[in-house]
Amino acid sequence: MYSMKLHHIQNRIRSACFLTLSVLIISSAARAEDVKFNRDIRPLLSDRCFHCHGPGEGNRQAELRLDQADGPQGAYREADGVIAIKPGSLNESELWARITSADPDVVMPPPDSHKEPLDEKEQELIKKWIEAGAPYEDFWAFVTPSMPELPQNVDGAPIDRFVRRRLASEGLSPSARADKRTLIRRVTFDLTGLPPTREEVHAFLADDSPQAFEKVVDRLLESPHYGEHMAKYWLDLVRFADTNGIHHDHYRDLSPYRDWVIRAFNDNLPYDDFTRYQLAGDLYPEPTRDQLVASGFNRLHLIIDRGTALPEESFTRNVIDRVTSVGTAFMGMTVQCAVCHDHKYDPFTMRDFYSLSAFFNNIDANPETGGRSGTDFLRGLQTPYINLTVDDQDARLNELAQQIEQAQVPVAEVRKQQKELADDKEADKESDEYKQAAAELASRLKQVEAELKAIEKTRDDLLMTIPGAMVMKERSEVRPTHILVRGAYDNPGEEVHRASPAFLPPMPDSEEPRSRMDLANWFVSRENPLTARVTVNRFWQQLFGVGIVRTAEDFGAQGEWPTHPDLLDYLAVRFMESGWDVKALMKEIVLSETYQQTSSASREQFLQDPSNRLLARGSRFRMDSEVIRDQILASSGLLNEELYGKSVKPPQPEGLWQAVSMPSSYPSAFAADSGDKIYRRSVYTFWKRGMPPPQMTILNAPSREECIARRERTNTPLQALLLLNETEYLKAARQLALNILTDSSISPENRFDAVVETVTTQLPTDAERKAYQRLVDDLTNIYGKSPELANQLCQGVELPDGVSAADLSAWTMLASTLYNLDVTKTRQ
Amino acid sequence: MNDTLHSNEWAQARRQFLKTTGMGLGATVLGALLPQNTSAREPKNFMTGEPPKAKRVIFLFMAGAPSQLDMFDYKPDLEKQFNKPLPPSVSMGQRVTAMTRGKEQFVAPSMYKFAPQGECGIPMCELLPHLSTVADDLCIVNSFNTNAINHDPAKTFLCTGSEIPGRASMGAWLSYGLGTMNQDLPDFVVLTSAYWTGGTRNVQALYSRLWGSGPLPSKYQGVKFQTAGDPVLFLSNPQGIDSQIRRRMLDTVSEVNRGDFARIGDPEIETTIAQQEMAFRMQSSVPELTDVSGEPEHILDLYGPEVTKSGSFARNCLLARRMVERGVRFIQIFHRGWDHHSVLPKQLPGQCFDIDQPSAALISDLKQRGLLEDTLIVFAGEFGRTAYGQGTLKRDDYGRDHHPRCFSGWLAGGGIKGGQIYGQTDDFSYNVIENPVAVRDLHATMLHQLGIDHERLTFPFQGLDQRLTGVEPARVVHDILI
Repeated sequence: MYSMKLHHIQNRIRSACFLTLSVLIISSAARAEDVKFNRDIRPLLSDRCFHCHGPGEGNRQAELRLDQADGPQGAYREADGVIAIKPGSLNESELWARITSADPDVVMPPPDSHKEPLDEKEQELIKKWIEAGAPYEDFWAFVTPSMPELPQNVDGAPIDRFVRRRLASEGLSPSARADKRTLIRRVTFDLTGLPPTREEVHAFLADDSPQAFEKVVDRLLESPHYGEHMAKYWLDLVRFADTNGIHHDHYRDLSPYRDWVIRAFNDNLPYDDFTRYQLAGDLYPEPTRDQLVASGFNRLHLIIDRGTALPEESFTRNVIDRVTSVGTAFMGMTVQCAVCHDHKYDPFTMRDFYSLSAFFNNIDANPETGGRSGTDFLRGLQTPYINLTVDDQDARLNELAQQIEQAQVPVAEVRKQQKELADDKEADKESDEYKQAAAELASRLKQVEAELKAIEKTRDDLLMTIPGAMVMKERSEVRPTHILVRGAYDNPGEEVHRASPAFLPPMPDSEEPRSRMDLANWFVSRENPLTARVTVNRFWQQLFGVGIVRTAEDFGAQGEWPTHPDLLDYLAVRFMESGWDVKALMKEIVLSETYQQTSSASREQFLQDPSNRLLARGSRFRMDSEVIRDQILASSGLLNEELYGKSVKPPQPEGLWQAVSMPSSYPSAFAADSGDKIYRRSVYTFWKRGMPPPQMTILNAPSREECIARRERTNTPLQALLLLNETEYLKAARQLALNILTDSSISPENRFDAVVETVTTQLPTDAERKAYQRLVDDLTNIYGKSPELANQLCQGVELPDGVSAADLSAWTMLASTLYNLDVTKTRQ
Repeated sequence: MNDTLHSNEWAQARRQFLKTTGMGLGATVLGALLPQNTSAREPKNFMTGEPPKAKRVIFLFMAGAPSQLDMFDYKPDLEKQFNKPLPPSVSMGQRVTAMTRGKEQFVAPSMYKFAPQGECGIPMCELLPHLSTVADDLCIVNSFNTNAINHDPAKTFLCTGSEIPGRASMGAWLSYGLGTMNQDLPDFVVLTSAYWTGGTRNVQALYSRLWGSGPLPSKYQGVKFQTAGDPVLFLSNPQGIDSQIRRRMLDTVSEVNRGDFARIGDPEIETTIAQQEMAFRMQSSVPELTDVSGEPEHILDLYGPEVTKSGSFARNCLLARRMVERGVRFIQIFHRGWDHHSVLPKQLPGQCFDIDQPSAALISDLKQRGLLEDTLIVFAGEFGRTAYGQGTLKRDDYGRDHHPRCFSGWLAGGGIKGGQIYGQTDDFSYNVIENPVAVRDLHATMLHQLGIDHERLTFPFQGLDQRLTGVEPARVVHDILI
């Protein structure tokens, strides 16, 4: 009884769940008479059938693959009088009999596969498709995009037309434009990750010209904070961090790479070059410093320190990690399945993986990090790297190198003399003369060694002040690459050569062996079907909270079908044709009416389309951890706007690192920075992979151990605790209260408007103003009666004239109240 | 078709499901179950259909890998092999670490005595006198085996079922699959010892990934309690804010949030309100949980002298019991300091002192409260240690290198048949010769005891239906179950 009931309920959950979540796809499919293979059929076959009847050879059953129509194992082939799929004929299609059978020995997928049977709606789709001739299509994401025709019968810019056509087909209409305050707040956060200042808001409100919004957008795209914000997303994608991530999890410094990413976005480096620099910057004939620094992309992987693992294994692990990041960042595909076996769902084979890895396994570097002595360890560097010298530092280093060389001469000379003396068989070693000679030499050695050490120290001290950038460097001789049987580093199989994956358009002929530069050029060629689509989808995701393809990390068969395929292709082609102009793309999107819609809607509308996939309204989603922190710092006036440099450590609760570090980890204990370093933007925050800052991870920032194309967004009590109690955030609230209370341009009656506008960009409603007034009155009263609490809250602050500790405390709590509002942490 | 209807139906069905499976669920937490960007596929029908034997798990993780030879896997005959080369027929070209590669391998027998204990009469090591008293509750497994030979990947493998960093951990899988059993505390709590007695020579690092949620929604990740300061990060009101002021402030926050919800319409705002209220409740429920001052003397005595110190393994065991009582589903305690490459006899007794009495106390304390029968306790490290010595090799001074082919641990409570030894290794405790239990088998068995079919509890990620037990076949070890 128990289990029957449970089973029944679970079935209900299952079917209800399917209906809800597939509704966007299925409802339109049912309405539109035509069934599309790529949209409707492939996902079903991929989910239920490809594991045993797909591209992967290892598991293939009955010599049948349903991912292909033709061929000796294709779906149309006849074997032993049976045809899996007979176009146009349900009765002759074995697949139909199997998926609709009630017999557990016959039904597909078989019960022991633990795959869900196809439900009625899914069967209906298959039926229609077979009856319509079971037409196969090449997988959409692997076909070079072409410029789609603009939808007719709908108004607006191209983006709006694609969106509105879909809305019309769903019987929906777009929402009105958001109010100006919401708009400037939205676009300022989306492009710079910071809130607009009150002055910026007022200027926008006062500008009645039709170009007012465009002017704001242009200003934001020129802001250096634009690059910082854009970089944040990229750094997730390439798992940038400040520690090695394995074993000791030692410090390493790749901050010059991070700074280059910021600069590249600010300078609007075309995205094709952005790609080339990172994949192959070291291979330019005379690489610039930027190109070399960018090639540090290949060094961002986790790396173990030597002494415990086997270097051969570490080497293999590094290569796999490197290739995996290329797959996620530039292909939007999860290629690492193919380390051990052919991909079960996508046509990505082991041969493809290892052929791709052959571009990345020829690095001239140790597979594990070196010893603890020397400046490399302290600077967090592993060879190969370049010193980012300025002014005369190069000359000075050369000079010191020469001096060191010179200083080594007497050391060697004295040692030689010592040896000669010791080897002198005729000398009387007990004689005073001998002893004196030995003592003189020893003293002389001490002296010349001290001289050498002094110069070495001068050099080391100088080196410690010079940032180093880890770079990619090719060995002169190409390392042979083998398919690793079952992915085991010590089990090499067939040898493979550098090649792009076979299922994608081929690389042009070039001299063997092909270089990483050839590969980079192939990625950004007009024919490549993935790079531009994957890229514009991520930028879209940044601006709307969710991509046109929701699974930004997976454009393969198991990824999701795009909600607006034509729009995706339009953006991709336009992006390529613009010369991969990122700022132009961002501008076109934010200037669309689709982007500027209001995000207010009825509760029902939110429930119908929770992630706003159809774009019938503006998107509303919780900001990322960095944006939330930077907003608090910026609106309270604490933000240190300095750009670039070594990562910084804002305070965090004590003991977090010790609880996970080894005593010999470098560093093993967290030591917060001081001064205005702690108010730098979060993109500069030190990231220990073993224990990233809790202010970030509690709000879904990833650990940067893996490449992450989209962050999750949850809403938890731990987040509420963070925003309520983090002491730096509370200090910022106090600073904001001080600013408001001491700003002579703000009259006392305007203070509520000013503080609310500073934090939320909106003015309070009458009801809100009253609620805030009551709060401040009540708290002033409470703090007046509890001076010890007020003094604690105001500790370290010199109270301005006319402001009591109780006043400041009450206003601090008001500011903190504003920082805890849902609308403050939500981009809307 | 009316999408709203189905959406509500789904929520209703899920609510119903959770009720039916005995998971009382407040409206507050339900909000958290409906995240903003709902995943494409929710958990499928993953229950085995059998009534679960365990409701919760306490996992005692011995980070660094304790020596099975010196604690559990009794090999009296090895004595005769002292300092003799390990026969190649035993090592069979075994992968070794960089530390002992290319070195000759000489046998290091354990210097510790074993004696039969309990009614079952299983041999227990002299270093574990308290665990010996609960021998009849223990199922010792001597045939655990793993893939990885170095700490980091091996710990990641044991905690997440994959050597690749970034997969969901055991506790996250349980939270995801089973939901929460309480309204005021996290589902999955991680405790780490702040110190250990074996010395700091070879202490291995931990990583938050070991209790991470991987691709699962991050609300399922473990909440690590701190041994100093706030037990939960940012739990306490900062100085200058008392609970009355906090309440007053939250009232205004909620009032304005509710107004915004009426205007904007996004149900996520309701979730924010609910989570802020939950946070407020946690400000009392967590301190109540971690305050052990009300525990009677005889209970504190049970856990041993270290229980008075915050951050001790003993204190953490006591806290685990208190969490069990309050409906925390998965509690994982990490104890470090087991990586005994050298001078093992100097370090191991201290380590055993740390864990022996508290873990025995945990068993008997839960038992006397009737909670042991539905609480599964697991004790294990990430791998074993070699029968051959590393470094100095004397009768009473030796070290051991990493050894993935076999290691020992134990299970108790939660439907486990106590008083037995399961699995057998060869004469050198080198290879499993009977009833191997791979890490994925342990995972499958744990899930099974909680009523979950490990093959069906999946989450789509990177084009695959991910599961804790991975892609290779795993088995539930029915032999050790009641």
